Amino acid sequence: MAQLNISDVTLSFGGLKALSHVDMTIEPGLITSIIGPNGAGKTSMLNCISGFYHPTKGKILYKDKDLSHASPHQVSTMGIARAFQNLELFSGLSVLDNLLLARHQNLTYSLFHAAVFFGKASRVEAENRKFVEDIIDFMELEPFRKNQVGNLSYGIQKKVEVARALTLDPEILLLDEPMAGMNIQEKEDIVRFVMDIQKERSVTVVLVEHDLGVVMDISDRIYVLDFGEVIGSGTPEQVSNNPKVIEAYIGED
Amino acid sequence: MSYFFQIVVSGIVVGSIYALAALGLVLVYKSSRVANFAHGQIIAAGAFITFFLTVRLGVPIFFSFLASMFITFFLAMSVERIFLRRLIGEPIISVIMVTIGLASIFDGLIYLTPFGSENFSFPAFLPTESIVVGGVSISWTQLVGVIITFVLIGCFSWFFKKSTVGISMRAVSDDQFGAMSVGISVPRVFALAWATAGLSAAAAGCIIGNITGLNFETLHAFGIVVFPVVILGGLDSILGAVVAGIIMGLIQQFASGYLDGNFGLNGTGDVMPYIILLIILLFKPHGLFGIHEIERV
Repeated sequence: MAQLNISDVTLSFGGLKALSHVDMTIEPGLITSIIGPNGAGKTSMLNCISGFYHPTKGKILYKDKDLSHASPHQVSTMGIARAFQNLELFSGLSVLDNLLLARHQNLTYSLFHAAVFFGKASRVEAENRKFVEDIIDFMELEPFRKNQVGNLSYGIQKKVEVARALTLDPEILLLDEPMAGMNIQEKEDIVRFVMDIQKERSVTVVLVEHDLGVVMDISDRIYVLDFGEVIGSGTPEQVSNNPKVIEAYIGED
Repeated sequence: MSYFFQIVVSGIVVGSIYALAALGLVLVYKSSRVANFAHGQIIAAGAFITFFLTVRLGVPIFFSFLASMFITFFLAMSVERIFLRRLIGEPIISVIMVTIGLASIFDGLIYLTPFGSENFSFPAFLPTESIVVGGVSISWTQLVGVIITFVLIGCFSWFFKKSTVGISMRAVSDDQFGAMSVGISVPRVFALAWATAGLSAAAAGCIIGNITGLNFETLHAFGIVVFPVVILGGLDSILGAVVAGIIMGLIQQFASGYLDGNFGLNGTGDVMPYIILLIILLFKPHGLFGIHEIERV
């Protein structure tokens, strides 16, 4: 069964249709990529899933729960985390605090336990710490744990952005152009992380990316958007042989 | 020499009250980047609620102090919920215009009650004679006021630094989208910021009312008078508000204590803080403790 079912989603701003009648199914455990020219509606699609936009028409079902009217903070606590295209980190805080803050939104102990900091509270706190340290290990951010995020290089900040999303222990991770503006080495790094996230942590990945080479290499499924419509979908091979897709990317002659 | 220390003491008294009154403005600005021009009215409302409960209903003053903080907590929260929630994401200038509008509505409402025009004073509940140490005197009301002020400011800083809610507030002020993406409800954080601002305003109102008497003009003027304090402190720093409050209090008291009546000067206590503010801002445009954001290009 599909983990995320997007059916007939239309998003309009006044007369402008950012998305029209989009259908997608995201299968659990796979890397699904959304590609398309600039302005095709890729980020709008992610915004609809994560609750920043609400679709004008259509439904987004996540395991029988309708996300089309949920707000961002609700979606993120249900198990769908997101890393942004433009960095949206707490630049005044350290890497560690950025992650702990994300982790702390799902505290389960009561105020009483928090006040005496005994039993459940200290146990949960220790577990949270361990979880966050594991993510830091996993994303190879140990050297920067205590650094203020605003002072780190762009490439590292992108990694922190992904790490923060992972801290929410998501079932689905939405990545919006995680490789934009990176050099080849940093790109290869991120590719490795994305594949590890899928395999080792068994997280479903939804990837929006411009680098077609990367997308064709690592995706299990690809959706191609153009002017807000799905013009092709399938395995990388199917998509790269689809005449409509070739036309959208290369143009008619 | 005792004249000098007397001025230092009254400067600290005045300054710590400025700090407490400024706190509410800082809390709202910190989370939502809005300057609340109706803050003085909330300060006045807090003072009048305490007075009403104590004198008209005979509630012991300590309890009416707490009750008034409790009431303004919800008053400010509902102001945010009813008037400002819909303006999230609109230009800041529109939000500021709404707070100016709210200020005049509150003015109108308070002028309808006896509190708008008459002067009242709190019944004396502390010993009326002053404490004198080495020629420097301070009244019990002032001393207790200063102590309560520092305790409250300590609680607020702790809350902001350590509690999950406080840290969520800082996260929202740092990056709203980021905050939403990790599960923080931004509207809830705004509501809480307004509510805590209301609570601190009531506390400030009660303490000012106890020291200067209850006069609506004086009380609501505090909402504007503390702006230089907030700006000097750097707008979004609690510590900045405290330091700037005390600096302003000291400047004011020294100016009126040493300059007024000499050199043909008068009323320098009101002007000097602004002159010093302008000079400091020339050298530190972000205030003493403001965050200087360096944009990467």
